[in-house]
Amino acid sequence: MWSTLLNQINYVGAAALFVIGLYMVLTQSNLIKKIIGINIMETAVCLFFVTVGFVREARVPIVSFSDPALLYVNPLPSALILTGIVVAVSITVYALSLVVGIHAAYGTIELDEILEIQAREHHD
Amino acid sequence: MKPNRPKAILIVLLGALFLLLVYGILEMPTAGNRNNPAHREIAQRYLRRAEQDTNAPNVVNSIITDYRALDTLGEAAVLFTATAAVLTVLTALKTGRRR
Amino acid sequence: MDDIVVKTVSRVVIPFALVYGCYVVFHGHLSPGGGFPGGAILAAAVVLYTLVYGLKRASAKVTHRVSSRLESGTLLVYIVIGAVGIIAGRTFLTNLSAGFPAGRAGSVVSGGMIPLISVAIGLKVGSTLVTLFHAMIHDDSEAS
Repeated sequence: MWSTLLNQINYVGAAALFVIGLYMVLTQSNLIKKIIGINIMETAVCLFFVTVGFVREARVPIVSFSDPALLYVNPLPSALILTGIVVAVSITVYALSLVVGIHAAYGTIELDEILEIQAREHHD
Repeated sequence: MKPNRPKAILIVLLGALFLLLVYGILEMPTAGNRNNPAHREIAQRYLRRAEQDTNAPNVVNSIITDYRALDTLGEAAVLFTATAAVLTVLTALKTGRRR
Repeated sequence: MDDIVVKTVSRVVIPFALVYGCYVVFHGHLSPGGGFPGGAILAAAVVLYTLVYGLKRASAKVTHRVSSRLESGTLLVYIVIGAVGIIAGRTFLTNLSAGFPAGRAGSVVSGGMIPLISVAIGLKVGSTLVTLFHAMIHDDSEAS
């Protein structure tokens, strides 16, 4: 079992990164750290997906027109993950702009203090 | 020790999630094997026919700009939507604060 | 930033970074790269200029009007390239059968609509990142 896991070390690393990112989102109270956690989870999924397309001892998928029978890495997961990375960047930048708005409204970016301020305003 | 109880339970649950993921990884085909089911049909077709269909050597680029150009259009729309959303939030902040 | 070393080094590096970004965009169909990495490199060069020389000079060089019009304009250019396929009688976004010149394999002008789409995507990604960066930094530099 350990040798099969060592062959698929990329997948295990992606799973570990996913769990670390989830831990950061759930426990840290600073909003920027939560956004970093979401980014780490998205990176883990990208790593997992790109490793599906890996072929051992194959070359980069830039076909040479002269020799048709060479072995190439699967180009399809890389092409699909390009869109995924751009979506991850878009989500991060939107979340950061919302954090700028929260800081302007509450004066702090710690979630505990924001909930306290909201509870106090609700009481008044 | 009371504030640490929820955190300890969370760590145990996340460890269980990690073990579940590793159990799923054990069922997957070996990474890098050239006979994986992911490498059989569509990828071989794109690699074989990229030369005569598009006349461009880089297969990844010809996938995202020729075979699947509609997905790249959707992604350009995602970039546009992100910019529109961020500029809306930041402009509303500025005018809201001036009021 | 007021450091003389940073200003001098970035004055040397930024033109080379812009040329390299254009190279990656234009040779997207021949070597690894394409629209997305090339656009990111172009945006990185402009962001370096903004960080070193301040937002006021940077948004005088790459104004908000230019970058926002580039961003919307390149999306429309992409749709027009796709509409050429409809005009030629095929489906939306067809490459060689819609009449785009195939060219000689291995040269820059080859592959039909692939270099055009790479340039459009490169400009779009670059202008998106620069617009977002200038918008998020704007309040900080107004306050200081």
